[in-house]
Amino acid sequence: MSEELLRLNHLSIDYKVKDGYLSAVNDVNCVINKGEVFAIVGESGCGKSTVAHSIMNLLPGGNEEMHGEILFKGKDLRTCSQKEMEAIRGKEIGMIFQNPLDSLNPVYTVGDQMAEAILLDKVDKTEAWNRVLKLFKDVKMPDAEERIKSFPHELSGGMRQRVMIAMMLSRNPELLIADEPTTALDVTIEAQILEIMKELKKTFNTAIMLITHNFGLVAEIADRIGIMYAGEMIESASVYEIFENPKHPYTKLLMAALPRNTKAEGRLQTIDGSVPRITEKKPECRFANRCPYAMEKCFNEDPETVYVSEDHFCRCHLIGKEEK
Amino acid sequence: MEQKVMIKLDGLKKYFSIEKGLIKKTTTYVKAVDDISLTINQGEIVGLVGESGSGKTTLARVILNLTKKTDGQIVIDDMDLADISSAEMKKLRSEVAVVFQDPASNLNPRQTVESSIMRPMIIHGVPKAEAKKKAKEVLDMVKMDQRYLDSYPHQLSGGQLQRIAIARALALNPKIMVLDEPTSALDVSVQAQILNLLLDLQEELGLTYLVITHDLNVIKYISDKIAVMYLGRLVEFGPTKEIAEHAKHPYTRGLLDAAPILDPHLRDREKQIMKGDPGSLINVGAGCRFADRCPYADEQCKNQMPDDVMVAPGHQVSCFHPMED
Repeated sequence: MSEELLRLNHLSIDYKVKDGYLSAVNDVNCVINKGEVFAIVGESGCGKSTVAHSIMNLLPGGNEEMHGEILFKGKDLRTCSQKEMEAIRGKEIGMIFQNPLDSLNPVYTVGDQMAEAILLDKVDKTEAWNRVLKLFKDVKMPDAEERIKSFPHELSGGMRQRVMIAMMLSRNPELLIADEPTTALDVTIEAQILEIMKELKKTFNTAIMLITHNFGLVAEIADRIGIMYAGEMIESASVYEIFENPKHPYTKLLMAALPRNTKAEGRLQTIDGSVPRITEKKPECRFANRCPYAMEKCFNEDPETVYVSEDHFCRCHLIGKEEK
Repeated sequence: MEQKVMIKLDGLKKYFSIEKGLIKKTTTYVKAVDDISLTINQGEIVGLVGESGSGKTTLARVILNLTKKTDGQIVIDDMDLADISSAEMKKLRSEVAVVFQDPASNLNPRQTVESSIMRPMIIHGVPKAEAKKKAKEVLDMVKMDQRYLDSYPHQLSGGQLQRIAIARALALNPKIMVLDEPTSALDVSVQAQILNLLLDLQEELGLTYLVITHDLNVIKYISDKIAVMYLGRLVEFGPTKEIAEHAKHPYTRGLLDAAPILDPHLRDREKQIMKGDPGSLINVGAGCRFADRCPYADEQCKNQMPDDVMVAPGHQVSCFHPMED
């Protein structure tokens, strides 16, 4: 039986903006179990990164309003003090970002930067250095002995992302939040990083929350998926269910919009219109204005979360009707 | 029927020199495009793939005459770029259009959509009234409403901006379009819209496309032929189906293996993941550029540059040990 690690409970985040507020995340519910890869997928502006940052309490602060719970091992992270949060960050929840250069200090060698964190464990320098070297080898860094002495600018994008993963590994967290970890990398390097993440999951039983817009990546590594649209998680299921038996019209259209074949097999499915900017919470389905199956009800009523099966939920009036 | 050749590259080279040292100057070269020969017929969509730094964009820039070639021959629509008069050059500029990756950065933020689209026409001496009419026409062609004519770039979404960029490229009735990563900055649903639009336009107008991208799924979908570049060299070129199913070059195989497949059932398929980074164009040896990363490399590969070999009709490979199926 899988053990629950993180649970988002009715999480909503609004940003105050000039003309009122912007509903970036609305009533998101999801569970990540120990050792599994949960992918949050959506187009730009759907709120997937806001969700990830809110877990680590990394939102800009000051102009957002949050509701709901973020339960990590049963404890609500929102009620944690700064100090408690500091203990959790890195040690229990690690995070890697799209651009590793932003997270590395340019004036220290990557080895020094990593040893700094390990030295906090009150070990001596040689021991720390050996551990860094081992971690570099764990992430398959080429020429680990040499690279440990390099500065961030001397490394390629793939190597930098390896350093970030090694750094994260040094604290051995139970949950890794990976925000578009391979978006800036070439496919060949992406494949290498994917292999490392797969191994990580196998060897250390690390749970991974993967934030991405790349369905290819999801098909390769995710166990379960949550599809987000305009701040809401509109469907969530196992990777196989989403790819083979999607329920929500948005998910269905997205699946048909992916180029899989050649042009000889016909044109791609498109979705008309664009993602709305939600500045007013109205009872309606946020996808209604683009949905080819929209009914009157969709414009007047919030769709409820309907469980199609134990591990597959969907927020759509169409599905609700079928069930009843 | 014999197809008309639109772009013919013969032994094309583009070297950038780097000088080192103050007193004793030594010059080394970055061979960004090295000895590339390629023929693109009228009405074909050729996809150019390769990792970053493989010289894809440099090749496109040389074809567009935005950078001067070092050596070799470029013939576009029967005009040799080397001995072309300035009048012919002007004609050529209107025949070859280009669309870049980030549409926001190549549209003037202070100009309306209409004047952005009209600008190339004005430069080419089209009367203003006619240019205005044409602007409306091309906006129609990219399926955008006339009301956007007075919009500014910041009021438009990424997909809309890319449509404007395509509309502007169409303004001078080009025969060839060079598309540098046309959908890389876009979301899946918008990407599908732009890809469909590009295919519709190509069929309607009989255009020839050179599409540069690193997304293999997009390339497989859109192109008739695929050209694979590695560190400045063209390593494989052939019909899309042939390349996708019977790639002969170890690099192409590695690239295809690395590309994520949109089917979770295939995630445990056998794949060879290429080791190492793409490497650098500085100080490349005499041998095959891929030799360092190639699992099949031998002495010959390290010392000698392989020639292009035809392995099937229209399918050329530059490798001493082309792979079996």
